[in-house]
Amino acid sequence: MKKEEVPQDDARMLEGKFKVVKYAINEKGEYEKVPSVGWEPENVALEQAWDVINERVEQARQDVIAGRSSPLAYHMEKNMMDPALLAQHMGSGARRIRKHLRPKDFARLDEHTLQRYAEVLQVTVDQLKRVPE
Amino acid sequence: MTASDRIIPFDHQQSAHCETGVISNLMRFHGMKVSEPLALGIGSGLFYSHMPFLKVNGLPVTSYRILPGHIFKRFSNNTGVRMERRKFRDPLAAMAELDRVLDRGLPVGMLTSVFYLPYLPKAFRFHFNAHNIVVFGREGDEYHVSDPVMDATTRIHRTALMRARFAKGMPNTSGRMYYPEKVPAGADLRRAAAKGLRRTARDMSTTPLPMFGSKGIAFLAARLRNYERDLGPAKARLALGNLIRMQEEIGTGGAGFRFMFGAFLQESATILDRPDLREFAERMTTIGDQWRDFAYEAGRLCKDRAEAHITYGSLADKLTDIGRQEQRFFKELAKAVR
Repeated sequence: MKKEEVPQDDARMLEGKFKVVKYAINEKGEYEKVPSVGWEPENVALEQAWDVINERVEQARQDVIAGRSSPLAYHMEKNMMDPALLAQHMGSGARRIRKHLRPKDFARLDEHTLQRYAEVLQVTVDQLKRVPE
Repeated sequence: MTASDRIIPFDHQQSAHCETGVISNLMRFHGMKVSEPLALGIGSGLFYSHMPFLKVNGLPVTSYRILPGHIFKRFSNNTGVRMERRKFRDPLAAMAELDRVLDRGLPVGMLTSVFYLPYLPKAFRFHFNAHNIVVFGREGDEYHVSDPVMDATTRIHRTALMRARFAKGMPNTSGRMYYPEKVPAGADLRRAAAKGLRRTARDMSTTPLPMFGSKGIAFLAARLRNYERDLGPAKARLALGNLIRMQEEIGTGGAGFRFMFGAFLQESATILDRPDLREFAERMTTIGDQWRDFAYEAGRLCKDRAEAHITYGSLADKLTDIGRQEQRFFKELAKAVR
């Protein structure tokens, strides 16, 4: 890749915070570091990955509203976790997490457990019990 | 927390990749001048593997480098740098040890999860638990961070750093931290570069099992050819997108590692006084360019904007061709540097 071929396809992925660097060939035929704001295929792949995540989050939100899942399901998806990963953070089994994804079981949780979930999922206890409208 | 402020003068330089960048930045602090490409080469970081049995989010892992952490290990072995490494159960103990080492005036490298680094752009914050950064100071409740992929240093709150150091998943970051305990004054970089180069060439051309080394590229190609049939159109597109991310963005090196390796070959040509390595560098650049072509066309197909000539079959053909070239390349390189 020549220096002038280093892609500059900005899709605001870096939020204008900084540019990444790529190694490319300069006019003397030597490699050097060249800043880049992004590249189309990479942007496409990132967008695709986020679409999947956002879809899952929205589906979870709908499930909560319909009473099929507890709000924990939404906050878990929002943190891009599955029961196994959340279980690791909670120091419990995935089975226990799955149980708490059911509205009935979630409603019975004690304050301490709610506090732990809230901490891991980076929300307040109050937020943990709700989903956005 | 009674620790007082402490900021170590640290020369941060932006890098294309986190592990090689941390090596280069940390070594410079300790008086050993190694560029990022030299760190990659000495640490024999370049590799290839496609592992259908290892899945993240249900999609197979493709990697263009050796395992995280191993570039550092090989680099230290080849240069005689002695590293102190620690991991922890208790987050508070991990932070206390960080403070102690900072108080000794030493910057500390550590493993973090990208998901929990608030200073990074949101689009990149997945649960990727093998991101390397250097902490070089403490001021109030904040730590000064040299994140090699960024153009300047930044800061992170103590609580956020603690979280990032103790993320769970693949792998658990376990508060891992490391710093050079002894950096030899007159390390023989010539010998180290030659050693690293030999190892990369050998591993790429002779590692057994179809999924490792340059022949692993053909292995992926064969599977890619049938993606649509085996996975269905929707999942095939996801797998393809994942492949692009592994190649271009996640900490797997990707085509970027091919170019960085090219830069290493150029540097080696000079320090080893082997002009023929410059020709190898040129060939590596050509191969890197083809990886980029592949990603470009894959991106089109992914977005469903493909012209008729881009299909899973045509992508597989392209990949097979790249694989063939890399195989020839590393075999000849292994012979040349034996």
